[in-house]
Amino acid sequence: MRLLNLFKIAFKAIILNKTRTLLTMLGIIIGVASVIAMLAIGEGSKESIRSTISSMGSNMITIRPGTDTRGPARGSGGDVQTLTLKNYEVIKEQANLLSYSTPVVNGSGQVINGSNNWPSTIYGVNPEYLNIKVVDLQSGSMFTNAEVKSAAKVALIGQTVVDNVFPDGQEPVGKMIRFNNIPFKVIGVLEEKGENTFGQDQDDVVIAPYTTVQKRILAIDYLNQIMASAVSEDDAPEAVTQVTEILRTQHKLQDYEDDDFSVRSMEELISTFSSTSEMLTLLLVAVASISLLIGGIGIMNIMYVSVKERTKEIGLRMAVGGKGSDILMQFLIEAILISITGGLLGVILGLGATIFIEKFLNWPTSVALYSIVISFAVCAVTGIFFGWYPARKASSLDPITALRYE
Amino acid sequence: MTKEIIKIENLKRAFTMGSETVHALKGINFTINEGEFVTIMGSSGSGKSTMLNILGCLDQPTSGNYEIDQVKVKNLSRNQLATIRNEKIGFIFQSYNLLARTSAIENVELPLLYNSKVSTEERRERAINALKMVGLADRLDHTPSQLSGGQQQRVAIARSLVNNPVMILADEATGNLDTRTSYEIMALFQELNKKGITITFVTHEPDIATFSNRTIVLKDGNIIQDYKNNKVLSAAQELAKLPQQDH
Repeated sequence: MRLLNLFKIAFKAIILNKTRTLLTMLGIIIGVASVIAMLAIGEGSKESIRSTISSMGSNMITIRPGTDTRGPARGSGGDVQTLTLKNYEVIKEQANLLSYSTPVVNGSGQVINGSNNWPSTIYGVNPEYLNIKVVDLQSGSMFTNAEVKSAAKVALIGQTVVDNVFPDGQEPVGKMIRFNNIPFKVIGVLEEKGENTFGQDQDDVVIAPYTTVQKRILAIDYLNQIMASAVSEDDAPEAVTQVTEILRTQHKLQDYEDDDFSVRSMEELISTFSSTSEMLTLLLVAVASISLLIGGIGIMNIMYVSVKERTKEIGLRMAVGGKGSDILMQFLIEAILISITGGLLGVILGLGATIFIEKFLNWPTSVALYSIVISFAVCAVTGIFFGWYPARKASSLDPITALRYE
Repeated sequence: MTKEIIKIENLKRAFTMGSETVHALKGINFTINEGEFVTIMGSSGSGKSTMLNILGCLDQPTSGNYEIDQVKVKNLSRNQLATIRNEKIGFIFQSYNLLARTSAIENVELPLLYNSKVSTEERRERAINALKMVGLADRLDHTPSQLSGGQQQRVAIARSLVNNPVMILADEATGNLDTRTSYEIMALFQELNKKGITITFVTHEPDIATFSNRTIVLKDGNIIQDYKNNKVLSAAQELAKLPQQDH
């Protein structure tokens, strides 16, 4: 009953000072709105990174040889010859959390068809490659395991290669091309994938059996990497551990020795990139929070002025029986009402801004429920925190002095 | 036996100003019975304001005894004093002290807002009745800026009546009003007094004292006179004697 009365009194005071109240709220409104919008942008970009990486095969695990730490000079990962076909076969046999796997050798060179040529990269793989990378064929077919075994000179090419070496729109399937002067028969064209998140053209590739690439182009007997996919996305981290264990045994590493290879899942890649965008989000939110803080100080300022201005009123309220606690509650409720109403308007404005950003700026956004809850809670707390000091001041006034105040 | 509303015994109030002690009240004794209309007079510096603050439970005496309606005020906490003010005293100020931009009825309701025993319906009803008693039944929704000084003071009087106090305490209640309006207000006070309401009126204007039935005169913190007024003037009659205003 008493609280309800105080609530009425506070509400009345706010209504009587509409313009001032609205201006005071503005700080909170902008603060809350920007926190919500910033978080929405941050969440959105995180999700878009996740989805692009996922489209590259979210279960994908890559195994690369590590740098050789034994000698004084260190080479780059690919130069080391520690990853062998034998390793691949053992992994394929023992790692039950992997659904597909392929040895990978790669080299760059010139793709030639008659008078057209184009620099590209050749990937030597097995037929499971398509499943791992989640690529379909546009036309033709994948080479078979038999063709791998026989090191057949067959290849699949990406759209960029097609565009450059078959410029007049001929059907490439069935034609012969040369890669570094080795003739290959084109048996398929890969579906277009476009650029990936890192600006790499995923269609600028030539795919051939790894045996062919090993023997006829690179003349090596080791592997540049092994690609595999985990049974499911959730199993990826477990699969990484499994593969690591197998390879450590294979490479006869002692407990004190570091891995001479690296096993990475896409999941790790996602988290690496997410953490960058999280940093950025955090920064944006920090800036937005400062505006929320300033909004809070605005409330304190106005409440402080309001207490001064209404000193006589406070004196009267005390004279007719208002207790210190009543006065305190009245001003505190007023501050909380201002900040909560401001918070509510801020949420609405924030959501509006988010929709605007999504629609007109084409930025990916995603409003997280927690951002609304948090910013709303923060502004309620702000109201209490910043309303407390002026309210406290009002309640401790001496009624006699307050009544005589002019 | 008449009921003692106010009982004051050897009341002293001293203020410490730096190293000096100022004795504002130096041992005051008096009682006010139910139904009395008392004026407390005195020039500035006589201890009149200090007396008013103590009577109004806004301040505490340094020593001595003060009882209002059989309640000893000394040693009450701030909150207990607030409750006494809320339930036993009706304040009227020189400058009305109405809440701006707030209707007459809401102004009158104010003391009851701090009394959780009074329901919303009862509050409204009592406020309307109080405004009827002061003759403002047709001004319920007017804000102070829409009312004349005399009407504003009537709203303030209604506000002081609304909590059914044991005593109305008026502080120079006619100080801001012209003679005619002052007399009107005094007539209202006399009318309320006839209904049995105890009134203590602090003033420095001698003619106001002629409308009351007892006068206490303070000087330098002591009572120098405390007399019954045998020839109480009727404010309504005095009002009739004033020259008619041109309209």
